[in-house]
Amino acid sequence: MIDIQNVRKSFGDLEVLKGIDLTVERGEVVTVIGGSGSGKSTLLTCINGLEPINGGKITIDGTEVHARSTDLNKLRTKVGIVFQQFNAFPHLTVMENVTLAPRKVLGMGRAEAEAIAEKQLRHVGLADKLSTYPSRLSGGQQQRMAIARALAMSPGYMLFDEVTSALDPQLVGEVLETLKMLAEEGMTMILVTHEMSFARDVSDRVAFFHKGVMAEIGAPDQLFGAPRHPETQAFLSKVR
Amino acid sequence: MFDTSLTLRDLMFLAEGAGVTILVTAISVVIGTLLGILFGVIRTQLGPVLSAPLTFVLDIFRSVPLLIQLVLGNAFVGMVLQIQISGFTVACMVLSLYTSAYCAEIVRGGIEAVPETTRRAARSLGMTWGQDMRYIVMPLATRVALPSWIGLALGVMKDSALVYVVQVTELLKSTQILITRLQEPLFLLLICGAFYFIISFPLARFGGYLERRWSND
Repeated sequence: MIDIQNVRKSFGDLEVLKGIDLTVERGEVVTVIGGSGSGKSTLLTCINGLEPINGGKITIDGTEVHARSTDLNKLRTKVGIVFQQFNAFPHLTVMENVTLAPRKVLGMGRAEAEAIAEKQLRHVGLADKLSTYPSRLSGGQQQRMAIARALAMSPGYMLFDEVTSALDPQLVGEVLETLKMLAEEGMTMILVTHEMSFARDVSDRVAFFHKGVMAEIGAPDQLFGAPRHPETQAFLSKVR
Repeated sequence: MFDTSLTLRDLMFLAEGAGVTILVTAISVVIGTLLGILFGVIRTQLGPVLSAPLTFVLDIFRSVPLLIQLVLGNAFVGMVLQIQISGFTVACMVLSLYTSAYCAEIVRGGIEAVPETTRRAARSLGMTWGQDMRYIVMPLATRVALPSWIGLALGVMKDSALVYVVQVTELLKSTQILITRLQEPLFLLLICGAFYFIISFPLARFGGYLERRWSND
């Protein structure tokens, strides 16, 4: 369970998260929507401790993320994150990209790590690209590789930060298909996305962020069908 | 038409000088590069303010002519530290520091060329700072820094001609000794230049080879 309590976060004078409360249960898929600068991406980087917070607390399976005693490197093996930029390691092949962390962080042997990597890469449809370098892959393929790389750590949770935003329109579908597959397999996920129909499709709950506040959260049918908050209504009328 | 009094023995004398040049260069480039990596990493880690004292010292080594550094370095060792070490050792020490000052900048540039987002991705997979440095940052920084580093190594090789001021008889000094005796300056300098070329060529080719190999990634 990911438990977010009254989380505040500022960059200098700018407060980007103004007290966020959100609990995500195992197996749940929560999408976060909202305009740019609403703080939704920042929330994800706070959840796995890439960003410190200025108030409140985030607890993952009972471990407080920002506590001094927490081993963040260990915690991050449980929480995978995929970013808008694909962030492939350009000097490593697809296989090496995926096996690096299992081998060096989890201490797996080469054979075991490669077996897992191959399984995850087949899962995302890249089984024929194992010895290819990332520069030879399309954006969609690179992003699917990044997903396989995170999954190879066998995380309990996955965070997706606008993973289709940097893709050419014709490549968005293949990545969304991969995400949908994961959701159907019961992976616990928090997704920040601009793909509204996708959010409606896969989510158990949808949260709408506005200016650092979670203005509204609810089942997708309710939030998209009958939004309560005026800002949600305004946002949805603009993106449709 | 073409007549020279250069003997095989003289040629061996030049080759010996070339050996000294190679040795001084190799030692200084190896030590200078190791120190340069250390200084470069310290600079990127500490940021501009905290690393200002280090930057200042490195700037001195980069801006004072090597000839002066060698003479002053030699005097410092002999008169201030009052220790007896060979001119060869002094030459290697000064040239190593000189190399490290340039190398630190090259390393810093290479490290800063690795996108922050790539490093974030590495850390988000649970890698420690050290693992990120070793498996992601350094391999990528090396690719960026290699051409400059090859240039530095070749430059140090040629600059090593100045160590004659601390009584080290390297290639150029050997040539001058022969010129004084044989009075054939142009011919001897031509041979000396050929020696320098033979020393640098493999390194330059090796750099080109690595660049081509890495560009296939």
